[in-house]
Amino acid sequence: MNPLIIGCAAGFSGDRIDGIEPVVKTLIETNGHALIFETLAERTLALAQLARNNDAEAGYEPLLDAMLHPCLGPCLEHGIRIVSNFGQANPPAAARRIRALAEQWGLRPPRIAVLAGDHLDRPEQLAYLRDTLGPQLDTDRIVSINAYQGATEVAEAIQAGADVVVAGRVADPSLVVGPAMAHFGWEATDWQSLGTATMAGHLLECGTQVTGGYFAVPGLKDVPDMHRLGYPIARLDHNGSIVISKAQDTGGVVDERTVKEQLLYELHDPARYLTPDVTADITKVQVKQIGQDQVAVSGVLGHPRPDMLKVNVFLRGGWFAEAEISYAGIQAEARARLAADTIRRRIGSTLQLRTDLIGAVSLFADDEGRLLAEQAHGHGRDIRLRMSASHDDRDIAETLLREVNALYTCGPAGGGGVRVSLKPRLNSISTFIPRDLAPASWSFLS
Amino acid sequence: MNLQTVPLYRLAHGRTGDKGDISNISVIAWNDELFPILVEQLTESAVEKWFTHRQPSRVTRYILPSISAMNFVIEGILDGGVNDALNLDSHGKALSFYLLDFPISVAPDIAARLPDVH
Repeated sequence: MNPLIIGCAAGFSGDRIDGIEPVVKTLIETNGHALIFETLAERTLALAQLARNNDAEAGYEPLLDAMLHPCLGPCLEHGIRIVSNFGQANPPAAARRIRALAEQWGLRPPRIAVLAGDHLDRPEQLAYLRDTLGPQLDTDRIVSINAYQGATEVAEAIQAGADVVVAGRVADPSLVVGPAMAHFGWEATDWQSLGTATMAGHLLECGTQVTGGYFAVPGLKDVPDMHRLGYPIARLDHNGSIVISKAQDTGGVVDERTVKEQLLYELHDPARYLTPDVTADITKVQVKQIGQDQVAVSGVLGHPRPDMLKVNVFLRGGWFAEAEISYAGIQAEARARLAADTIRRRIGSTLQLRTDLIGAVSLFADDEGRLLAEQAHGHGRDIRLRMSASHDDRDIAETLLREVNALYTCGPAGGGGVRVSLKPRLNSISTFIPRDLAPASWSFLS
Repeated sequence: MNLQTVPLYRLAHGRTGDKGDISNISVIAWNDELFPILVEQLTESAVEKWFTHRQPSRVTRYILPSISAMNFVIEGILDGGVNDALNLDSHGKALSFYLLDFPISVAPDIAARLPDVH
């Protein structure tokens, strides 16, 4: 049985577009089978749902046209299946857009499969969630509720001849597991095989994070040509070995360090990596460099899949206010601290404020200000004061913006570069639902 | 023999991931020989103490000897995560670099061979 060769050309909504062409080219040259785009971080889906609420034909990946432009034609010509969650909150609209693009670009009409069943809005589904979650499921504030669906429908669609599979919320690794099940004809209970394919998917799903992105530390972990990182490619053998590589003639690096870091990325118990398809287990995993930019991963185990599907609920939250101003030169840090103190005295009783002194203490600190309080006053000469707060009431949140802006005239000497931002917040709740209450399905775009 | 104190980044590299209010930080030894030192010194309680100001509710360490790595799952460290945190870095992407400054005691002959930034 030939190995499955599968590439990934996006690790999130907003990933680089110019990296798509090289990975498609490499797939063509190596007789590759599939290309995935992972575009759906947890809250991307809620934002897409809000877009769909405003426009019935919106709510799919905003960069869809740009992503498909370099790959749809070559993939159709060479039989490379495109599998993605770029349908986001509106897979049927994305599918219609893809059909229109193919026509506009003079391509043969693609067979487009649309997945469904992730969006939970049926009365029995909501009743179950209300029973489970209680009053925190505030009906008036619900933005989106989606279950993580698995690979079975992806595999069925490919086996039925789909050129493009458009999903909404499926588990990220399932974008790889589906093509693997279709390619090898695996049963949905072949836990060992599904476990391996899941970890291949896990390694690919963040795009360049396995090929040198999110990795470089000059002097410790150097990465060549970061301005043109190559997207990753996995070769998956029927016997359970994975080889990770990347698109030819690109920058970046695939080595044991990049693969190990990505293997553990967003993973909790390494014996129980849960997806809708399988419980993957990497406690005995082996990672070995076998050539330049080629790393073999073996020894992944698989156990039966969980009984329940994971569900993410997004609710409208309050308002998130952020405001910044900079001080430079003599006593810059002292002036920034004085500005923060001034703001606190004026609005600290109505808003719970966070203070950051960017350049002295910021990212590592906590919302309560414990680290800031512990840190001795320094003599930073280029400090950006950032203050932030959340509140249910928009007007109250907005006072922070006005107060920091007023520091131009009423604050310490030489404050400049005020920038302010006020954004609606989304609150998420994670829970589970029995599979039989959230059945998945697929169909060809008619 | 007097031990020498060096920051963790000279023995290991790592990466942060997040899910909700939970951060996971991988710590991967630069080579297999260094791994037992990390297992001995970078314990759950030591990491919990290191992050005191972020008030984690629970720290769990998973050990993966086959790749000389461990995975810390740190709950309640993100001030509510992307939902509620006021931090500029609500995902906690930077947190691995906070851990990489953790002091580790090593014998001078080992310290002399460790990578460093210059």
